[in-house]
Amino acid sequence: MQTKRAIFASRVLPYWLLAPQLAVTLVFFLWPAAQAVRQSFLREDAFGLKTSFVWLENYTRLFHDPNYLNSLKVTVVFAASVTLLSVALGLLFALAVDRMIASSRLYTTLLVWPYAVAPAVAGVLWWFMFNPTLGVIPYVLEGLGYDWNHLLSPTDAMILVVAASTWKQISYNFLFFVAGLQAIPRALGEAAAIDGAGPVKRFFSITFPLLSPTTFFLMVVNTVYAMFDTFPVIHATTEGNPAQSTNILVYKVYVDGFLGLNLGSSAAQSVVLMAIVIALTVIQFRYIERRVEY
Amino acid sequence: MSTIVNWIGGAATMAAATLLSSAAFAATEIQWWHAMGGELGAKLEEIVAGYNASQDEYKVVPVYKGTYPETMTAAITAFRAGEQPAIVQVFEVGTGTMMAARGAVYPVYQLMKDAGADFDQKAFLPAVVGYYTDTDGNMLSMPFNSSTPILYYNKDVFEKAGLDPEKAPETWSDVEEFSKKIIDSGAAKCGFTTGWISWVQLENLSAWHNQSIGTLENGFGGLDTELTFDGPVQERHWENLKKWQDSGVFEYGGPVGGNDAAPKFYSQECAIYMNSSASRAGVMANAKGFEVGFGMLPYYADVDGAPQNSIIGGATLWVLKGREEAEYKGVAEFFSYLSSPEVQADWHQFSGYLPITEAAYELGKEQGYYAKNPGTDVGIKQITLNPPTANSKGLRFGNYVQIRNIIDEEFQALLSGQKTAREALQSLDQRGNELIREFQAANS
Repeated sequence: MQTKRAIFASRVLPYWLLAPQLAVTLVFFLWPAAQAVRQSFLREDAFGLKTSFVWLENYTRLFHDPNYLNSLKVTVVFAASVTLLSVALGLLFALAVDRMIASSRLYTTLLVWPYAVAPAVAGVLWWFMFNPTLGVIPYVLEGLGYDWNHLLSPTDAMILVVAASTWKQISYNFLFFVAGLQAIPRALGEAAAIDGAGPVKRFFSITFPLLSPTTFFLMVVNTVYAMFDTFPVIHATTEGNPAQSTNILVYKVYVDGFLGLNLGSSAAQSVVLMAIVIALTVIQFRYIERRVEY
Repeated sequence: MSTIVNWIGGAATMAAATLLSSAAFAATEIQWWHAMGGELGAKLEEIVAGYNASQDEYKVVPVYKGTYPETMTAAITAFRAGEQPAIVQVFEVGTGTMMAARGAVYPVYQLMKDAGADFDQKAFLPAVVGYYTDTDGNMLSMPFNSSTPILYYNKDVFEKAGLDPEKAPETWSDVEEFSKKIIDSGAAKCGFTTGWISWVQLENLSAWHNQSIGTLENGFGGLDTELTFDGPVQERHWENLKKWQDSGVFEYGGPVGGNDAAPKFYSQECAIYMNSSASRAGVMANAKGFEVGFGMLPYYADVDGAPQNSIIGGATLWVLKGREEAEYKGVAEFFSYLSSPEVQADWHQFSGYLPITEAAYELGKEQGYYAKNPGTDVGIKQITLNPPTANSKGLRFGNYVQIRNIIDEEFQALLSGQKTAREALQSLDQRGNELIREFQAANS
């Protein structure tokens, strides 16, 4: 990789230029993170009147808590479903648009629209469509003989939150895939076609391998999205119900910390999440960032 | 023309008032964080405006902070940062947490005494105050909006099903029998639905049948308490609810407050609906095209001591320490104003919350309010039906906000067939006890 070097007349100037960004990082990221780590070793009542240092008790409790382990499992199922579905659908739409000549711009614009919808709004939208009493979809499903009830059925609830979260993310993946597809020289596909390769064969032996950096990149980004940015969707639809079947890790941090006022446990959970993000970021930068082509 | 004159006149008075208040010596400001949105919020502001206009020494500033949990969290976070309001409205399940925070809370009985305010705890309804007193009977917070669950039913559907529209179901076997008639006759699709599974179908069910839900007088006696939700009556009732859900007699309205329950009743899908007496205003506004009847909560006739009395829900006002001395005098004065019969009767009649003092109830009777508005006194008759016992005084457990969530989760597991009623209630006790132990450890 080529490195760019800027030449500064003064030795101090670059640090001054960096200072605002560093200050923001320090105040809004590092300081709260340090607070969370500190809090995760304490047991404290809600008002902060009695504090005791409990070493790793918050963590040991956490990993012995069946609810937390359940939440981990739910998060894995949820994040994997959202990532696979949204990447696959994004790719599908990108391929479809890539084949169009005249109307591809229009379709691109339309497909990107959901990305502009705020997650909370998306959640409410899907909540209405799927509402067992008022919704359109349960009404249709009932006609087909399926009794939809995400208030009671863990599977229905999971389908609902996965659908709502995926829908929002398809646009993002779609954009990256469209860009990725345009970067692939047409000549490659045309040459293969002359040699007698059909569209499916061409996709799997030429297009898909050439898109792999993009795909890997999107996998990581989507996993992060599914684990962290889907909070509003969960909050607006199931709130982790029924029986904790959609209570993903980040939502549990909120429930335990802000509703339950169990700050120690909530902080320990945040630290675990922080470790996960750090791991994902390392993977992203070390293995994928170098190969991805925008 | 006259309206314009009025308007101009009004504007002039307002401008003058603004000038006066800023020109006069600065009144001591008292922050009150509350969770009353919509019409209730507007009414609350009207009450505060009434107080502010009645004197010029203090100015109460109401601030809407969102839902009950949000308001409580906001106040606690503010306290940690030293920016707390003088008054905060906390819902009843937060009571355990607030009571344990001795260093943060200024008990109301103490506040009234320190301020030399004219304050008689006996004037309040025992069923309301009992929920918020310490073990010595001292009142720790100021009751503001208390309600109790009652039964609403659709008179038109009852008539169509060949039932007496003037007779509310009294027992659970009535509910079952009436529901079956209603469904079989095609008058409605489902018999009954309910808001607040935790509050109505478990906590109140237990109090109503004089059944304990926790050791040490439902937690009133100390942090060492343990849950005992898995009693015979509770098990029988949850088993029935599951059976009724399967046969269509009962429809589940969702966790916490049960958002989907009210629409089922409004759309005449379900004929009977159990929820807070404070839901009355909403029910009356939304019951389009049918007449609403009112009744007390149903009971199992063969259980000894039933019906006992129901317990309350809603919120009280807590005073937080750490503000300036002058503010607390104002708080005491404001509380006296709030609990005056006129203000209380007005608030109660507008909102459907219970009148918290005997005097406010008497005033309503004198005004002929209950005669003119049938159903408005069902709640108060229900909580005062019998003198409260150790099992029907209320409940006081730490971490109860989370325990409420566990109740919903276990109930969902019951309805989806993952657990039997006994398994669900036992698991509820076990999980709840862990949270209570955690709370005990953090607060002792």
